[in-house]
Amino acid sequence: MRVSLFITCYNDTLFPETGQAVVKVLERLGHTVDFPSKQTCCGQMHWNTGYQEEALPLLPRFIEQFKDSEVVVCPSTSCIAMMKDHYPLMAERSKDEGLKKAVAEILPRVWEFSQFLTQKLGIEDVGAYFPHRVTYHASCHGLRSLQLGDGPQRLLRAVRGLELVELETLEQCCGFGGTFAIKNAEVSSAMLADKVRSVLNTRAEVVTGCDNSCLMHIGGSLHRQRTGVRPVHIAEILAGE
Amino acid sequence: MSGAGLDPRTAPKFQVAARVLVGDSQMRKNVRHATKVIQTKRAKVVAEMPDWQKLREAGKAIRQHTMRHLDFYLEQFERNCTAAGGVVHWARNAEEARQIVIGLVKASGAMGESPTEVIKIKSMTTEEIQLNKALEEAGVHAYETDLAELIIQLGHDQPSHIVVPALHKNRAQIREIFMREMNLPNLGGTPQDLADAARRFLREKFLRVKTAVSGANFLVAETGSVCIVESEGNGRMCLTLPETLISVAGIDKVVPRYQDLEVLLQLLPRSATGERMNPYNSLWTGVDPAEKGGDGPRTFHVVLMDNARSEILADEEARQTLHCIRCGACQNACPVYQQTGGHAYGSVYAGPIGAILTPQLMEMHHAQSLPYASSLCGACYEVCPVKINIPEVLIHLRNKVVKQQSSGFHILANPEVMALKAVAQVFRSDKVFRVSQKLGRLAELPLSHKDGQGVGWIDWLPGMLGGWTQVRDLRVMPKQTFRQWFEEREKNKQGGK
Repeated sequence: MRVSLFITCYNDTLFPETGQAVVKVLERLGHTVDFPSKQTCCGQMHWNTGYQEEALPLLPRFIEQFKDSEVVVCPSTSCIAMMKDHYPLMAERSKDEGLKKAVAEILPRVWEFSQFLTQKLGIEDVGAYFPHRVTYHASCHGLRSLQLGDGPQRLLRAVRGLELVELETLEQCCGFGGTFAIKNAEVSSAMLADKVRSVLNTRAEVVTGCDNSCLMHIGGSLHRQRTGVRPVHIAEILAGE
Repeated sequence: MSGAGLDPRTAPKFQVAARVLVGDSQMRKNVRHATKVIQTKRAKVVAEMPDWQKLREAGKAIRQHTMRHLDFYLEQFERNCTAAGGVVHWARNAEEARQIVIGLVKASGAMGESPTEVIKIKSMTTEEIQLNKALEEAGVHAYETDLAELIIQLGHDQPSHIVVPALHKNRAQIREIFMREMNLPNLGGTPQDLADAARRFLREKFLRVKTAVSGANFLVAETGSVCIVESEGNGRMCLTLPETLISVAGIDKVVPRYQDLEVLLQLLPRSATGERMNPYNSLWTGVDPAEKGGDGPRTFHVVLMDNARSEILADEEARQTLHCIRCGACQNACPVYQQTGGHAYGSVYAGPIGAILTPQLMEMHHAQSLPYASSLCGACYEVCPVKINIPEVLIHLRNKVVKQQSSGFHILANPEVMALKAVAQVFRSDKVFRVSQKLGRLAELPLSHKDGQGVGWIDWLPGMLGGWTQVRDLRVMPKQTFRQWFEEREKNKQGGK
């Protein structure tokens, strides 16, 4: 299959290793990967913070870049949720019939990385090796909007050498919430403290998930406290060999 | 919190109030414990319902249909309630509602005597309009008879939850309030002791006071009936013992048919208190004529209050706010509410539903921080019994806030608006985006220092970004972006061919 990668703006800039891992996993499974070079951002930060007008031009840009793709894969649950939950409404507001049609056509071909593996390809064992004690954080958008269920855990259980430890309060938000972490720093920190406590309780060396924004948040606190626990995106674990 | 009313017009911003409240370890412990207990009970009674999701759909459909034809059902309710002997009053806003209630209370005395006391059933609608304060100023003391409301009233406190208003207090704190306010120096500390004290305190009021004020859970249009559900029986006393009953209800409380309660009275108790059914379900239709036995109040009034609900109805994307049946499940499920408790929201409506309802009741001007009091995690939407997509409404309201903040000169006073508008321009061009990535790497250079592994980290950021580095480090941008890596790889591949 020919997979077009939507890497997202923050993975591109801050976490290139995640994108590299996605490429590695998909190629190992026999797929070819391309990267439409004019992609930027899905518009989530602006849309969710109330800057709807600013987010609107990013939709036609996305369509333009990916309209001919066989499938689009993206290693971020919140960006995919942004598209699935809000692109239809954005297209509706644009009153552009062509755009509405294009959105309706493309969305069924857009996949979050772990969901692409478990649901579209129907794979759990991607042939990875990662000899560490790992706990999994279910990001809210993956959990509630994309309904990932235990898909990511099934992928992790199939990794050789990996010991998966369940996180208590798995379904609790880590407190990131995009600009929420800045605008409501105190409350966000209080939520983060709970999440970090749960992570430390597992005695895991690595906390993983399907969204680097949550992991950046959790990892930022783990580093500040010098806990030695690392945040690692699930794609990087699945790329391990 | 002091006894001053929770008023969005004077309350501090959510961020400011929350900053103080997250330091209140006793309150946080109480709220965490209480919300967890209710959530666990709710999860249990919801899981035993095979058709819960269908019930939610049905609840949503009933509320949607009602709002679409609200004018029709309100008039139908008025006709049927009047025919059954009730008197219906219409209030455009809070002030009109208060004046109507004060007038009715004053007129309710026997032989021209003006009463100085009323008994009350817990009602968020009367909290919304700060009725007790207005009554007090008019020379009428209102006795709250719901246990939690009594605790709030005696403690000169404010409600922090729609269903469990004293959820932020624990048993030891309640005992202290009762000892002090009821003058019971030897009061024991068991739940039984506290319930006994409240019962003795209230029973005498039930028997003496002849006028009662209530809210309403539902108004049934086809019969003109009013429905109130409660747990303690205090409501049943207030509804049956007094001579005069005055019920204040938002116009959103109407349902078309008696049969609709079949759905809503399954959804409400399970979502609110984790019970299959409320211990007391009161439904009454007008007054019982003297010739038929004359049971219950002789005079019954309903005050139908708009107070901005029509404006909410006119907003297509926010109108689902009015579907709310005030169960409080969203508050219990909300990770933000669990940390701050209800008072941070500066309104009697706290938590996720408060974050969307209060700004709309206040035309946003006094509550611009509330739509941002959420991480948009969606836990509220997941538990809402009538499927209100709260995150979607929050985002819609944020857009309204941004529009208010970026109009005219306001924008110059707001670095955030300027910054986000600038970033939006960056994303509109991949070329500008690439340049910005480079500039970002340069800009962060003076802030970064390397850890033992040789990785650069930032532990201090200026201005509003400093919120991040309060408790978190930020890894610096790697030298190569993903797109640079990919393009280089493609080039090497071609070179290798």
